[in-house]
Amino acid sequence: MSDVKQEAATVAPTVAVMDQLPDASIQGQSPLFHADLATVAKNGPKTGGVTFKEEALMGQITLRLNAENAEQLKAAEKALGVALPTQPLTSVVKGEVSVRWMSPDEWLIVVPGLKAFEVESALHAELSGHYQVVNISGGWTIFKLSGANVVDVLKKSTIVDVHPSVFPVGKVVSTTFAKSSAIIRRSGESEFELVVRRSFSDYLWLWIQDASREFGLVVEA
Amino acid sequence: MSQKNRLQSGGRIDRSKPLTFTYNGKQFEGFAGDTLASALLANGVDIIGRSFKYSRPRGIVAAGAEEPNAVMQLGATEATQVPNVRATQQELFSGLVSGSTNGWPSVDNDIMGLLGKVGGKMMPPGFYYKTFMYPATMWETYEKVIRKAAGLGRSPNEYDPDTYDKVNQHADLVVVGAGPAGLIAALTAARGGARVIIADEQNEFGGSLLSSKESVDGKAAGAWVAGVVKELEANENVIVLPRSTVNGYHDHNFLTIHQRMTDHIADRAPNGQVRQRYHRVRSKWVVLATGAHERPLVFGNNDVPGCMVANAVSTYINRYGVVPGNELVLMTTNDNAYRTAIDWHDAGRKVQAIVDTRKNPTGALVEAARERGITVMTGSAVIDVQGSKRVTGVSVAPISEDGSKVTGSVKKLSADTVASSGGWSPVIHLSCHTGSKPVWNEDVLGFLPGKTVQKQLTAGAINGTFNTAGALEEGKKAGLEALSKLGLSAVEVEVPATTEVKESKAMALFHVPHTKPTSQAPKQFVDYQNDVTAAGIELACREGFESIEHVKRYTAMGFGTDQGKLGNINGMAVAAKVLNQTIPQTGTTIFRPNYTPITFGAIAGRDCGALFDPERYSAMHKWHLENGAKFEDVGQWKRPWYFPKAGESMQEALNRECLATRESIGILDASTLGKIDIQGKDAREFLGRVYSNAWAKLPVGKCRYGLMLKEDGMVFDDGVTSCLAENHFLMTTTSGGAATVLNWLEFYHQTEWPELEVYFTSVTDHWATMTISGPNSRKLLEELIDGDVDVSKDSFKFMDWKPMSVAGVPARVFRISFTGELSFEINVQANYGLHVWEKLFEHGAKYDLTPYGTETMHILRAEKGFIIAGQDTDGSVHPYDLGMGWAVSMNKPFSFIGKRGMQREDCVRAERKQMVGIKTIDPNVVLPEGAQAVFDPTASIPMPMVGHISSSYWSACLGRSVALGFVKGGLDKMGEKVYYPLVDGRIVEAEICSPIFLDPKGERQNV
Amino acid sequence: MFYIYCPYCGEHREEEEFHNHGQAHIERPADPDSCTDEEWGNYMFFRKSPKGLHHEIWDHVAGCRKFFNVTRDTVTYEIKEVYKMGEQPKVVAE
Ligand SMILES: [Zn+2]
Repeated sequence: MSDVKQEAATVAPTVAVMDQLPDASIQGQSPLFHADLATVAKNGPKTGGVTFKEEALMGQITLRLNAENAEQLKAAEKALGVALPTQPLTSVVKGEVSVRWMSPDEWLIVVPGLKAFEVESALHAELSGHYQVVNISGGWTIFKLSGANVVDVLKKSTIVDVHPSVFPVGKVVSTTFAKSSAIIRRSGESEFELVVRRSFSDYLWLWIQDASREFGLVVEA
Repeated sequence: MSQKNRLQSGGRIDRSKPLTFTYNGKQFEGFAGDTLASALLANGVDIIGRSFKYSRPRGIVAAGAEEPNAVMQLGATEATQVPNVRATQQELFSGLVSGSTNGWPSVDNDIMGLLGKVGGKMMPPGFYYKTFMYPATMWETYEKVIRKAAGLGRSPNEYDPDTYDKVNQHADLVVVGAGPAGLIAALTAARGGARVIIADEQNEFGGSLLSSKESVDGKAAGAWVAGVVKELEANENVIVLPRSTVNGYHDHNFLTIHQRMTDHIADRAPNGQVRQRYHRVRSKWVVLATGAHERPLVFGNNDVPGCMVANAVSTYINRYGVVPGNELVLMTTNDNAYRTAIDWHDAGRKVQAIVDTRKNPTGALVEAARERGITVMTGSAVIDVQGSKRVTGVSVAPISEDGSKVTGSVKKLSADTVASSGGWSPVIHLSCHTGSKPVWNEDVLGFLPGKTVQKQLTAGAINGTFNTAGALEEGKKAGLEALSKLGLSAVEVEVPATTEVKESKAMALFHVPHTKPTSQAPKQFVDYQNDVTAAGIELACREGFESIEHVKRYTAMGFGTDQGKLGNINGMAVAAKVLNQTIPQTGTTIFRPNYTPITFGAIAGRDCGALFDPERYSAMHKWHLENGAKFEDVGQWKRPWYFPKAGESMQEALNRECLATRESIGILDASTLGKIDIQGKDAREFLGRVYSNAWAKLPVGKCRYGLMLKEDGMVFDDGVTSCLAENHFLMTTTSGGAATVLNWLEFYHQTEWPELEVYFTSVTDHWATMTISGPNSRKLLEELIDGDVDVSKDSFKFMDWKPMSVAGVPARVFRISFTGELSFEINVQANYGLHVWEKLFEHGAKYDLTPYGTETMHILRAEKGFIIAGQDTDGSVHPYDLGMGWAVSMNKPFSFIGKRGMQREDCVRAERKQMVGIKTIDPNVVLPEGAQAVFDPTASIPMPMVGHISSSYWSACLGRSVALGFVKGGLDKMGEKVYYPLVDGRIVEAEICSPIFLDPKGERQNV
Repeated sequence: MFYIYCPYCGEHREEEEFHNHGQAHIERPADPDSCTDEEWGNYMFFRKSPKGLHHEIWDHVAGCRKFFNVTRDTVTYEIKEVYKMGEQPKVVAE
């Protein structure tokens, strides 16, 4: 194995990989940076039917490979420390790593922001053949929605059935959300994670505030 | 007593809670539990509007959704106006303000009434078609008068202050209607563990039981209903929706429900509450338990206030404690309606007679009426009504056994109320919505739901099962069947006991004969809302309209907001009689969504105001806002359009931005460009197939511009794609085309060339992109680069890209240019975009770094003759039309998308419209985009048009206008004249030239 | 509003998540350059519009982004069958 790797290092890389993060002196600004959620959280209500939190600056990586290729699956598992979920619409969580099934040949890997390059590199180191690894951390953010009325807000926003009998904890779907879209994962009985696109995040934040109004919205920083 | 028709006791109203309301400016009092209609009747209000065409006074006819006349305008303020509300469905609340919709200028004295009095001759069916169609120029005038006279109500002129929303529901079973059949179906399914939604348009569940004196399960019907509702509400898998009309039944068991949440409480929703909710429901199965509407009979002057549907009279008495008159004449074709006369009699008022059209009725109810001493006139009919603003009497005559003619002398009776019943029409509307054709049933004397592909069950009166015992039995059966279809186990549900009433056979009579032929008899109304009479339908048939669908359109029967709920079947019966055929031979009746009118508020939900359409922002949006940008919509993106300084006009700002860029340095937020990460060993091959030019040999570190064509050879998108590594490319697309292009690539990969090893992932949002452009841009970049990266002319050439750190942030910098100037496109992870952007300004101040927006970008590129896909292309131009043959590689081994299409006869002919530069002879004239080109401005109109202007601007850098446009054979007409006749009459003379107005050799960008 | 089974996601989803891409089983000619104008015209422009069974391509655009085939009755709007790209329909018109 080590011979093969050495050989690979001598030829030009077939894909360009770059650590895209600056050093810690430069603070990243999440898609909802402008909303100043810390102040909203401090001044806003402390109780309500719905709680909102932006899990800002997480690392997101898209992984494409052939799920019927056992070697690739093994390599990905080695790099991630957890096997890729191959059952449609499922996810796995292990420690700081969570992996969402997106499509038969696509997964979304979420890790702490500072770990993204490490995981990206590990995937490149382990995988061979036809695959794609793309760091998309700047393009997405994660909204965490929870509370007694979280399902009521989701029912106003998305067309998928979120009843626990068909949407158990761990299920993940890509679907429409209001007039935009989201990758929705049930992370608890009454807790959901929405992975949303950066450019739509302000619209979705406005939407969630409006849809939650009748239940009371608590913002956590 | 103010409520002169109110009974001292009885009904489901609360006499301890009086409510004050306003109708047509006058104050009245009703009770909690009333509808607006029952309260008006309690107060003896006879006229609630004027008719559509003849402007005749009209009163309340029915008690539910089928009411054709009592259509009200509600709202205490301008902002809360709601038109088209049926008074029979509006619950009374304190402070309710209502008014007649029909009857401009006043219901009691109407100028249109004059027209009505002159009579039907003046306004026969098809009147609008025949009279108002010509001359067309007068239509606007007619329309204003007719629309107003037609009384369609009016929408508010101010913003609705209330909140409406939409909810997506999923269910195992939706039960429509909470009468006895629906209730027991829902109960059965819920006990079996199904996820159930039960909806009913009324404020209380119970349906027919609410206005009946029957006992169920040995107790008052209401008590049984309350018990069932309690059990349903306690079940967490059941959603109970009162005041909720299932308005539409769509494909694949999708239903829409309009729920009115606070309309019964106040004029405006109490603070924080949602006024109305629109449920969008996907259900595995559906039980339609929608009941039936009683049909009135068609007889002379049957629209005079006081003429009502029999069951409605019973409802007002039993449910609301209101007897809407003093002297009743009941005309019926069946036993069932005898209840109305009995209820009237038992309420202590006078029943003049029951006029039964049958020769020898014998049922239990007939006996019960006779026992009470009520006169029953058999084999007779009410053929005419006296009175104008209220019934004063009726003409009764014996009729033949088949109901076709009057057989004896006419007798007059005094009466102020005429209740009539021609039997019951099952409410099959929802079943019709999905395209199912209803079927006539001779026993029911009505249409039943037809064959359907929906997962639909039916129970109760919709099946023609009009007795409570039968409805309960069918409801239980439907509930059990749903459970079995859903794969759930059957459960025990006991059908409660009811009292059986023996009824004798009903008579099939719809249109009551008169001593005169229909055309000369007093008006016999079929459709109250649209003023369609039996004579009108006969005339339509005689004029050659034989299909009932044509008759309906010609006469407007069933085209009101009530959709002909009361009139359609009577109308078909009239047509069938004239055409000498049966009702099923005449046709069927199809109902379409919505079942009753729905507010725009409920349809819009929260998709209004700031949430009407998503606004997409780049990572630098906050800076743009703080620096006074004016924005332009590009797709859903808000892009800076230009950045005016205080006091600057738009043109002044553009001039400044353009000059600053050409003279020093400008900066553009280009983050909205679509970006696609492409990886795989066949990535190059794939690019070669989807772009018109060659990609096989593009070296790592290089960028290339490409045109994307459709199979027909026409340009649909363009952009620069860069080779990041041997098997790794970054494609850019237009801002508006990002999603379309990604989809296009996936489509070809998944459906045509799955064997190619390539993956595509969108990275549009991941990268913040800023372009610095102008002679000083290298100096600024060099200042911000960390470490030792050479960006000099020779080591960082035009169309190169390099990774480097800019302002401390890892970046990919592309030396590409859309302005013709020395330019660098800096891409950083979007969370650091604003940081780098601000650092550029910190260091760029000394160069007067100037932000510019899309408009300056457009001007600068037009000076260079660069196209904008979507502005200079419209799906009908191929690369050669654009003079961009250099971007086509005909020698590629694979026949790329668009190659074959471009070689079609039409694509290779001479004299195609080709893109050229257009220089106006007067340099100060800026041609409007879209201006049409002609070669001969003296040609007679219509002049032969030879092209148009696609881009046109004032160029501050050149001190003149520049334009790009299409001209027939333009590429071979350099230096020739072309003319643009404008809408204001001017003709602008111009010269055809190269589209490259500035720096044709490209020296400015190669520095 | 259709309710469409995505063969990749393995469940029914609302129509809003999908995009119709027209008639299925139209293969791009292997050698377009040797097609006559008529052959190329047929490939590009001519489409069936049957009353009854129709095979269409749909794209689960808001979901897994996979294309697949749907056999739909254009009269009743019933979906008779859903099958992956490259597969042949089992339900076909007489
Ligand atoms: Zn899918």
